[in-house]
Amino acid sequence: MSIAAVAFYAFSMSTLVGGVFTVVSRNPVHSVLWLILSFISAAGLFVLLGAEFVAMLLIIVYVGAVAVLFLFVVMMLDVDFAELKAEMARYLPLGLLIGVVVLIQLMFAFGVWDYSQGYQQRISEVIGNGTNTAELGAIIYDEYILIFQLSGLILLVAMIGAIVLTLRHREDIKRQDVFTQMMRDPKKAMELKDIKPGQGL
Amino acid sequence: MEMVLLFAPLVGALIAGFGHHIIGDKFAQIVATGFLFLSAILSWVVFLSFDGQTENIQILRWIESGTLVTDWAIRIDRLTAIMLIVVTTVSSLVHLYSLGYMANDEHFGEGESYRPRFFAYLSFFTFTMLMLVTSDNLIQLFFGWEGVGVASYLLIGFYIRKQSAGAAAIKAFVVNRVGDFGFLLGIFAIYYLADSVKFDDIFLIGPELSETELNFLWRDWNAANLIAFLLFVGAMGKSAQLILHTWLPDAMEGPTPVSALIHAATMVTAGVFLICRMSPIMEFAPDTMSFIVFIGASTAFFAASVGLVQNDIKRVIAYSTCSQLGYMFVAAGLGVYSVAMFHLLTHAFFKAMLFLGAGSVIHGMHHEQDMRNFGGLRKKMPYTFWAMMIGTLAITGVGIPLTHYGFAGFLSKDAVIESAYAGTQGGYAFWMLLIAALFTSFYSWRLMFMTFFGSARGQKHTHDHAHESPAVMVIPLAVLAVGAIFSGMVFYKPFFGDHHKVEVFFGIVDKGNSYSSDNGDIGFSLIAPAFAEEVSINNSMKVDTVVDGHKVGGGPNLNDKLGKGAIYMAPGNHVLDDAHHVHWLVKMSPFLAMLLGFLTAWLFYMTKLELPRRVVASNPILYKFLLNKWYFDEVYNVIFVRPTQWLGRILWKLGDGKIIDGALNGIAMGIIPFFTKWAGKMQSGYIFNYAFGMVIGIAVLITWMTIVGSE
Amino acid sequence: MIGLEHYLIVAAALFVIGIFGLFLNRKNIIILLMSIELMLLSVNINFVAFSAFLNDYVGQIFTLFVLTVAAAEAAIGLAILVCFFRNKGSIDVEDVNVMKG
Repeated sequence: MSIAAVAFYAFSMSTLVGGVFTVVSRNPVHSVLWLILSFISAAGLFVLLGAEFVAMLLIIVYVGAVAVLFLFVVMMLDVDFAELKAEMARYLPLGLLIGVVVLIQLMFAFGVWDYSQGYQQRISEVIGNGTNTAELGAIIYDEYILIFQLSGLILLVAMIGAIVLTLRHREDIKRQDVFTQMMRDPKKAMELKDIKPGQGL
Repeated sequence: MEMVLLFAPLVGALIAGFGHHIIGDKFAQIVATGFLFLSAILSWVVFLSFDGQTENIQILRWIESGTLVTDWAIRIDRLTAIMLIVVTTVSSLVHLYSLGYMANDEHFGEGESYRPRFFAYLSFFTFTMLMLVTSDNLIQLFFGWEGVGVASYLLIGFYIRKQSAGAAAIKAFVVNRVGDFGFLLGIFAIYYLADSVKFDDIFLIGPELSETELNFLWRDWNAANLIAFLLFVGAMGKSAQLILHTWLPDAMEGPTPVSALIHAATMVTAGVFLICRMSPIMEFAPDTMSFIVFIGASTAFFAASVGLVQNDIKRVIAYSTCSQLGYMFVAAGLGVYSVAMFHLLTHAFFKAMLFLGAGSVIHGMHHEQDMRNFGGLRKKMPYTFWAMMIGTLAITGVGIPLTHYGFAGFLSKDAVIESAYAGTQGGYAFWMLLIAALFTSFYSWRLMFMTFFGSARGQKHTHDHAHESPAVMVIPLAVLAVGAIFSGMVFYKPFFGDHHKVEVFFGIVDKGNSYSSDNGDIGFSLIAPAFAEEVSINNSMKVDTVVDGHKVGGGPNLNDKLGKGAIYMAPGNHVLDDAHHVHWLVKMSPFLAMLLGFLTAWLFYMTKLELPRRVVASNPILYKFLLNKWYFDEVYNVIFVRPTQWLGRILWKLGDGKIIDGALNGIAMGIIPFFTKWAGKMQSGYIFNYAFGMVIGIAVLITWMTIVGSE
Repeated sequence: MIGLEHYLIVAAALFVIGIFGLFLNRKNIIILLMSIELMLLSVNINFVAFSAFLNDYVGQIFTLFVLTVAAAEAAIGLAILVCFFRNKGSIDVEDVNVMKG
């Protein structure tokens, strides 16, 4: 049993366990934390496969951004802890059955699958720049530049969407209105009154 | 010239009908009348200048489909020429008359423009009638046939706001339709056997048809008989013969000029015209001919009997028309087509005049039509009175017996009766016609006496305001009166008198040829076989033919005369001659019948005025029977109308409503929403349900793929 | 030793777990969204595994894009959830049935 094998089994166990508990947990915050565990284990798997760039990206983006976002939302929404067990028990048998069926079928598929004809021609060339990152960069910015830009656009749209959906204009707080400030006319805003000492206004 | 004759009424109709907004009511009517007069003048020109040769003038190509080849074409022969003058003369006079009659009609509101429509319809009717008589093939004839049916519908139902008028129009059309169906079957049969619909071709296959058998309605019939019968069914419908007569009295709902034109002079004579036109076929269908005689005689008797007791002046004249048509059919059925046409011609004149006169009376009496409210009108309306008197004298057949001097009806009706005696050897037809003559005389004189003589009955106010009609209505009466008096005497010879003259007149024989024995080979004249044998001795072509058991030896082929001439009288058809040789009592009989009727009417309505009431009181059942037209309408109602209505209702409510609508509604509003709701339940709104569905789909797909083993 | 099949099995199992999470969970929409993330993760594992064993970088590039889209989708999904919560007041899955029928 080499280190690679042990590492593989450890990481994969961890991923699956994290997944299970994500779904099963009663406390949503716990769910998010288990999800994070899953992600990190998956990142480990990626490192084992030699795709370290993707692994790091997984941690930075998925764990650092998406999971944290989940956490924020979970904490923001006032959620009651619910009894999951009772609900689950009703649908568990059927769902389990279906899931097991799907799993077995996938195993079947994995047992007999083979590469399709002529896949060698379709593989992209290895440029041999050294690190995984460099390789990826060379290919992305060369052949897939358009898709790259498009994905940037997708992110832009997502950002705009998120802002638009959640922005609430609250009437009861003071905000800074720059325009009004700048257009303020001192002559009209202030009034000088000459007052004798000792007298009020 | 013939084309102008034919199309002038159509042009008039179009101008009056569509242009009256532009040119005004009055002018539209005058234009229509003017075109008709043009047609009338041209038709007299055609008639008088006709030399006996059949002319065919093509207007347009129409159908060329396999062997069905017809054109729009005009055929001018003697039959056409006669009908042309009848139709156009009466029509133009009716147009003139309508200028006065249709003014200030109370059925229409103020300022409503109805008169151009009326004239347009009248002219359209004339056009289609002319198409009918000038056609040279059966299809065009049928076009005219239907066209006059349409025009009749439009005109009977002219008073659009009157419920009864609309119903009468529909009745006329539907009953006509029944006849048309038979007619169409006849046309189909002819086409099937003759492979052509042109008269020139059809006329030649008569002999063939009498040899062929045709299978129809699960039975084999002799083709000639069957075809002749079917054609006669069409004629029965159009000319209101016994079984299909019910529409004619109700057709009096239309304005009086309509009755005069359509139901006296023209449309109803289309049936007679058809039979005469198809004489080459009729002659070879002896069974049908007997049937025609029977129906004609029965109609004459029936209609005359009903006319005895009617109280509406127009209805009396309508039944009179029906009866006289029966006369014409008897003549046609016996084979003396020329006599039928003769009676048609004279009848047109005096019947139109009677109707127009009646219209004049009605107009003067402010649209009062019940004769029981008339009386003593001869001082108020002298012209009308004299016109009606002449018409009555004509229809009853007043003349000097045993001579050829008399009013029109005397000559033509007596010709029919004599032919009836000769043709049926004093049988059913003769006696029916004689009795009908008696009845005719009675009710005609009854009409005169009730209307114009005696004391004024009815509303005093109306009688005070009774006035003579304007000149525009009286002039047509005068013209028709001339015709009623003289047409009989003038046209006696060519129609009935001299056999050779008849043949020449109808173009069967060329003018130059006589049937004397020195001109043997052409003179195959259609006279008694004995005579023919004499003729044919000189002839080389001895084709032996056997007709009616008499050997008509020699002479040219039967077919020689078949295509020539307007009518055809088969060898062996010697009714025309026999009619001249009947016993003198037979010749006197119609006159005696007329006299008897006159005296009885005088008795009942001039002297012993309580007699009518007593006779009615003592024979209530008979009176009711006659008054209700032998209950034909009621019987038809039960047999035909009610079942049809029941069937229609069933098909409407049940078939259309429940079954078709129900099926569609059931599907659209029943089954499909059911499925929709059921499918809608699947849209629970819960994402996990959807996801579950997707997963199940995946499972199924993978299962399928593993089983099928696709790559 | 550790062949491609092992990775594929892991990915498959993770995918099924994610599916479980989809329709077993009835109380929390956030769990739903997280299950989706799990499924996407399993797909990513699949991609990267193939990429490694075929020496084809396209797999990893696609993983990048999947990541991008997953992030975007998570953001939007949560934004919608927040809106929904503001209107409905609960994030119970059984209350999200406005599209019923």
